[in-house]
Amino acid sequence: MSEVVKKFLYLNRKAPYGTIYAWESLEVVLIGAAFDQEVSLMFVDDGVYQLLKGQDTAGIGMKNFSPTYRTLGDYEVRSVFVDQDSLAARGLTQDDLVQIAWEDWETGEEKENIVEVVDSARVSELMEESDVIFSF
Amino acid sequence: MSILHTVNKSTFERNSLESCLKFARDGASVLLFEDGVYAAVTGTSAEDSVKAALDRLSIYVLGPDLKARGLSEDRVVEGIRVVDYAGFVDLAAENDKVQAWL
Repeated sequence: MSEVVKKFLYLNRKAPYGTIYAWESLEVVLIGAAFDQEVSLMFVDDGVYQLLKGQDTAGIGMKNFSPTYRTLGDYEVRSVFVDQDSLAARGLTQDDLVQIAWEDWETGEEKENIVEVVDSARVSELMEESDVIFSF
Repeated sequence: MSILHTVNKSTFERNSLESCLKFARDGASVLLFEDGVYAAVTGTSAEDSVKAALDRLSIYVLGPDLKARGLSEDRVVEGIRVVDYAGFVDLAAENDKVQAWL
């Protein structure tokens, strides 16, 4: 495995189900977990809808991939950020979103929920700080 | 001539709903489905324009698409009617034509 650790940021801007972007992003995150990089996810604009609790796709005949978000902590994802303005414009708060737990297998360090709502300035900063941005 | 207008794109990402509401004539029907259903929810920045439109248009939203996206029917703006797939077919049949705002 490569010794170089880069900061990967997955920037998600689309709602789930209406298009394939959300599902494709999740697939790439899961595949990318094999490469031992420092991975963060960012949800902006309609991307915030991906994290809504209580999704039930039985009525539209599509796979409900939302439970997968809750397992991201097991796939090397360190942080999940959500843009505050995007939530507010959609009448949503953090209470509407899933929780994602995280545990460091080596140190035993645990976090109950790594989903963090941040302001727009912080979104820009996090983009600036990352080495690679994957846009979906 | 009655027209059923359908909107299947998020109002936060595209201007499909905005154009639909601009061009739909009084008394017309509007059905929100797929990513269009996000406009039917209360507390959004689109709520005021949707409420204003309800004074002159019949607005419907497809229930299975709400449910798939984790949105319960009690979050739907008052006056918007929730329909199932059979209701969608009825709307298409009742109107003379369908305009899809893609």
